[in-house]
Amino acid sequence: MSRITARLAVVAGLAAACGTAQAATLTVTPGPDAQERLQTALLDAKPGDTVQIAAGRYDLTDGLSLDVDGVTVAGAGPGATVLSFKGQKGAGEGLLITSDRVTVKDLAVEDTRGDGIKSKGADDIRYLNLRVEWTGGPKETNGAYGVYPVASERVLIDGVVVRGASDAGIYVGQSKHIIVRNSRAEFNVAGIEIENSMFADVHDNVATRNAGGILVFDLPNLPQMGGHSTRVFRNWVVDNDTPNFAPKGNIVAGVPTGTGVMVMANRNVHVFENEISGNQSAGVLLVSYTQAFNDPTYNPLPRDIVVRANRIGRNGWGPKFPGGPEIAKALGGPLPPVVWDGVRASGGRPAEVRVNLADGPVLNLNLPGPGRMDAAAPTVAATISDAAIAEPPAVSLDAAGK
Amino acid sequence: MRRRLVLLAALLGLGAASSPPGVDLDLVLQEAPAPRLSDYRLFVDESADRPNGRVVPYTLATPLFTDHAEKSRLVFTPPGARIGYTATGVLDFPVGAVLVKTFAYPADLRRPDRDVRKVETRLLIHKASGWTAQTYVWNAEGTAAVLKRAGARLPVRFTDLQGREVALDYAVPNQNQCKTCHQVDGALSPLGPKARNLNHEVALAGGGRTNQLERWRRAGLLDGAPPPAARPHLAAWDDPRQSLDARARAYLDVNCAHCHSPSGSASNSGLFLTAEETRPSALGVGKPPVAAGRGAGDLAVGIDPGHPERSILAFRMASGEPGVMMPELGRALIHEEGVALIRDWIRAMPAQAPPGG
Repeated sequence: MSRITARLAVVAGLAAACGTAQAATLTVTPGPDAQERLQTALLDAKPGDTVQIAAGRYDLTDGLSLDVDGVTVAGAGPGATVLSFKGQKGAGEGLLITSDRVTVKDLAVEDTRGDGIKSKGADDIRYLNLRVEWTGGPKETNGAYGVYPVASERVLIDGVVVRGASDAGIYVGQSKHIIVRNSRAEFNVAGIEIENSMFADVHDNVATRNAGGILVFDLPNLPQMGGHSTRVFRNWVVDNDTPNFAPKGNIVAGVPTGTGVMVMANRNVHVFENEISGNQSAGVLLVSYTQAFNDPTYNPLPRDIVVRANRIGRNGWGPKFPGGPEIAKALGGPLPPVVWDGVRASGGRPAEVRVNLADGPVLNLNLPGPGRMDAAAPTVAATISDAAIAEPPAVSLDAAGK
Repeated sequence: MRRRLVLLAALLGLGAASSPPGVDLDLVLQEAPAPRLSDYRLFVDESADRPNGRVVPYTLATPLFTDHAEKSRLVFTPPGARIGYTATGVLDFPVGAVLVKTFAYPADLRRPDRDVRKVETRLLIHKASGWTAQTYVWNAEGTAAVLKRAGARLPVRFTDLQGREVALDYAVPNQNQCKTCHQVDGALSPLGPKARNLNHEVALAGGGRTNQLERWRRAGLLDGAPPPAARPHLAAWDDPRQSLDARARAYLDVNCAHCHSPSGSASNSGLFLTAEETRPSALGVGKPPVAAGRGAGDLAVGIDPGHPERSILAFRMASGEPGVMMPELGRALIHEEGVALIRDWIRAMPAQAPPGG
């Protein structure tokens, strides 16, 4: 073989290798058959590829779905690329993602019949610069969640705007290692909700005009329980005043209209350096799970809770939870900004509950058990400090470190 | 000796000029799907009415409700290969096996064999790398079916069993939606052909009846089956001779449990409706909704024993609205008979404990 031929063969080999590994961009434009063309691109994409959705409005009739690892789905901006599901005839969400290492960015999803964008079992998912909106304003008939990552590890939500969700605008459930930042949730029942999850940082977000601003919950009888280690900091949790419009059976239907931050049955939750004002029920509400449950491994009490260094304005002037108005009347003024149910026993036995509530004053309802408002013995303290409670480390989304 | 070989070859259909070629196994096993259904030679005629050799029909005791479509099911096994028996889960189909399901609408459901329009034929193919799902949509003449990967909506009209005219936007699923239901621990899998759902009597072409699994075993298709009495059995949901509880649980297993199981798409709900589930709260008894949104319909629990009108399970089955209705894929119409069964089952539950719980 001559030297030139050998060199050509090497070049050809390199080109072939690059050809197979090179990321492709599959571009979709508006127009007829957009549903089929967009879904086909989501099926054809290979790991590393980008499905680029050009600016314009896409009127879709069915849910879209992606099941290929390592794909980026990108629009031309949340004001420019609009996926409208007003005419949706089927599927439980607008876009469903079931593969790992997916990024969805720079687009809007409007008026889905169920959830907006859902990802399940999708590790290393990134939701960036998105808008999910029900354009008719807050209504009970709107879909439940705007963005809905669930059962996933390493979740990033950054620069996402959600309006009108009949449950939570930004909801992360049964997941681990989560960051929600630089996002805006308004006119939802719950603005941002972290549920049955571990290691979450919720920071530099705006939660306003919802019924409740930011929620950290844990619920029984689910595959992942025992939520813990969430930090809620530097958020603007102001004027959450939309009357709760959730369908009755949902857990968020129990969120009092005008709640800033609410923690229910979770462990090691730190709320600090937030701006919290204009919430008529409570600035920060710490409560137990009050419904019956038969799961012996479930702990219904909030514990290891820290509330410190928040800027707290006017809150609690018209509490919407049962017994609230009576207590406000007895106190002769608005409720203190931090309200705790004071439950320190579970199932009739004392439970290890520690709180460090440095932002006062604090209203302690001193309930003998979850939901026992009938036996409330409210007291007001400047602060309540059981112990120093170590803050969880900053969340890392680095897969190698886990 | 040679004469005997020739005779054997003729019996097996080998080299006989008059018999058509068999199923194209190379095409079945290749990674990319064929563009046309006919390419696989699963049928000997273009309208797919006559199955090729080694392609045998089967039925399920309780099938999934799919907007009243008539479904015909066939299974192909490659020459020399057998299906392995398993007591739980889907039977162990060999590589090269193809499950073929054609969805069709008679003009009038009361005359199911007249004026039948085929809509789509779905294939589940067991490749060397695992199962794949594809669907082929029929043309209006019913003479050719072509690959459709991204889903479609097709207008369908028929007269139902009560004589009512029904118009429907039939949904052909996209390839990912196939997997949303056909999924066990993230991998694609068949759903229907489990021993328990195949273990029932079927009519024979030449008259008479026989047990379907026994028929497969005798034909050399099925390996390792225990004696008939040791095989599990799923009730037929619409057989009034079987108990209400067995029929309801069979219905939920087939219509809901492909997602609502610990390894299915709805695992995060904690609502598990498999035939094996015994925990009342996992079945929905006294269980509050988790992520149901407006699907909860202002109701507090999945099942309120004795009260179907207060049970989210029955509420979502009785809805035709996306975002509320369950299942969320595979139907646009309400299965009134199925809803009635589940309502009866909930109504019959004692207020304190669920049946069998």
